[in-house]
Amino acid sequence: MSKKITIEPVTRVEGHGKVTIHIDDEGNISQSRLHIVEFRGFERFVQGRPYWEAPVLVQRLCGICPVSHHLAAAKALDVIVGAGTGDGLTPTGEKMRRLMHYGQMFQSHVLHFFHLVSPDLLFGIDSDPAIRNIIGVAKKFPDLAVQGVMMRKFGQEIIKATAGKKIHGTGAIPGGINKHLTQEEKDSFLNGPDPLNIDKMISWSQDALAFLKGYQKENKDFIDNFAAFPSSHLSLVRKDGALDLYHGVLRAVDSDGKKILHDVDYQDYLEYIGEEVRNWSYMKFPYLTEFGKEKGWYRVGPLARLNTCDFIPSPLAQKEFEEFKAYTNGKPNNMTMHYHWARLIEVLHSAEMMKDLINDPDLMKGELVTKGEKRSEGVGVIEAPRGTLFHHYGINEHDQLTMANLIVSTTSNNEPMNIAVNHTAKQYMQGQQIITEGMMNAVEVAIRAYDPCLSCATHAMGRMPLEIVLVDNNNNIIDKKRR
Amino acid sequence: MSDIVKFKIDGKECVADEGLNLVDAAKQNGVYIPTLCHLEGIKPAGSCRICNVKINGRYMTACTTPVADGMEVENSTQDILELRKIIVETLFVSGNHYCPACEKSGCCELQALGYKFTMLVPRFPYAFEPKEVDAESTKLYIDRNRCILCKRCVRSIKSKDGKSIFAIKGRGHNAMINIDHELAAQMTDEEATKAMDNCPVGSILKKERGYYTPIGSRKYDKKPIGSDIEESVII
Repeated sequence: MSKKITIEPVTRVEGHGKVTIHIDDEGNISQSRLHIVEFRGFERFVQGRPYWEAPVLVQRLCGICPVSHHLAAAKALDVIVGAGTGDGLTPTGEKMRRLMHYGQMFQSHVLHFFHLVSPDLLFGIDSDPAIRNIIGVAKKFPDLAVQGVMMRKFGQEIIKATAGKKIHGTGAIPGGINKHLTQEEKDSFLNGPDPLNIDKMISWSQDALAFLKGYQKENKDFIDNFAAFPSSHLSLVRKDGALDLYHGVLRAVDSDGKKILHDVDYQDYLEYIGEEVRNWSYMKFPYLTEFGKEKGWYRVGPLARLNTCDFIPSPLAQKEFEEFKAYTNGKPNNMTMHYHWARLIEVLHSAEMMKDLINDPDLMKGELVTKGEKRSEGVGVIEAPRGTLFHHYGINEHDQLTMANLIVSTTSNNEPMNIAVNHTAKQYMQGQQIITEGMMNAVEVAIRAYDPCLSCATHAMGRMPLEIVLVDNNNNIIDKKRR
Repeated sequence: MSDIVKFKIDGKECVADEGLNLVDAAKQNGVYIPTLCHLEGIKPAGSCRICNVKINGRYMTACTTPVADGMEVENSTQDILELRKIIVETLFVSGNHYCPACEKSGCCELQALGYKFTMLVPRFPYAFEPKEVDAESTKLYIDRNRCILCKRCVRSIKSKDGKSIFAIKGRGHNAMINIDHELAAQMTDEEATKAMDNCPVGSILKKERGYYTPIGSRKYDKKPIGSDIEESVII
């Protein structure tokens, strides 16, 4: 008799998900699905609002990476107000936004690594959930916990200086930014009391990378093979092929490194990317239209970015990038747990970029906003911490939003996360009749590697509130476990 | 020249020109009486009731009451403050005021009063009546979901030949602010800015200028509403 295992959070917290694992009569895993059962509706309820509200309104999708939505929306509106894309803004406008974005990337990645991932690495995924959480880390590794908190604080302070406040600011406006960096802010970031200064942030970023690489050497089998599978990868890259988290052209490579999307203008994204709806999840499944729904899926995020770009335009991160690329002999890295490695290289890159920008005189003077001939439609794309983020808006002659289409990073990783869950289920649950804490957590670890929006809900205190129900084909409950 | 009158607010000795409304008279004496519909220099309407005070033991709206010799005014007693808090809460639940994304946030008088009266959450149910927005004007965007029907715009914004650009249409709960699009099209940028600034909430927005003032520099970011009056005594 075939069975279905459901892993579902009990509480309805932001970004929750549900995993079902179907087992056939022989005890083999037949199918695994990650269901996203929440519904947000932002694309609908922004309609009718004045277009300049979008960056402030839509960022409330998230409290962890609102800056990404704030900037992606602002970039789309840059097109609408005639400022163009990328270098169409004034130097002050673009550089202040970049600083905001690197601050965001830094704090979000740090939050993910120290708060969400480090308990798994430090204690092991089979360990007691009562210990395997940020409180456990703080008790056993206090220096590391403090480092994580202070690094996140630094990133948040950068966001406050550029967006007005740490969460849900208003800094980016259509065509530019609404403030300069003040001398006081600049001095604070450069020479702030230890450890809150940029040099310490760079140094700690290197330490975190060293820690992860050390862990990887000791746990090579786990890090290299856990939920690993070949895939295509997509991200923005700068026109010269450099890693660029704020602006660029769309590039995708297949699992062998062959370019399958050739540095195209993201204003035309609809020509290249489609979205499939499946009846068991509210989250759509994006794919490259040229390759169809079955084969066109791709991964986004730190791993994808380091697979698509040719180099990193900051010296310390470039050195780490070379080591990262050498590990797979220059070929794309398809190892899911290497997302963490790539993420920490981006932390270092963000810190280096922040240092350059803080020292840039353009941030303290110059025109803030530029505009041109108004258009009725615009697309903004940015590399958010979790991957490529698309915002597309249309307006009417009365300046009201008439259309919004958002493809958020976690959506692009929908199919990869489903595949990762399936791999993990087969690896840990194949032929098993008893579900252990470690098995359940292995599924979560696979999802968590992608740092999806639901990660904070699933791991904030070390374990997701779970209910596992084992049912047969007639929906009879065979077993039920809660934790 | 008008006569000077003496009166007391919460026991404080005050003086002002006879006939001046109590809100402005109090202001001259460094006493803040909160207002939403009142705007200095235009005829008071007494529509929002937030300036309710007790004068010689009776509830009266300060903006419509001329100051008189010997008045005993209660402005900061517990029952007056509670009454004002109730009015603020009622205004919040009557509309759809999502402060976090409103571009008037930080400059909004209703929001500032919410903070002043420590309104954590309204105790009344939200009405959430669907109200249409009017975006047809070239310079202004009218969001009726945020309008508190104070009529400041009706009374203070006129065309060059004195015609009202704004008017209230309907009565009771059907009442809504309306704008004459033809007259509005003739407004200068300065007049459009004035219309937005005079609106105590985020109902009248000047198009294409949202969020230009950074957080930290907005009107009530540094000091709570009324503190400028309480800190400065003109007389």
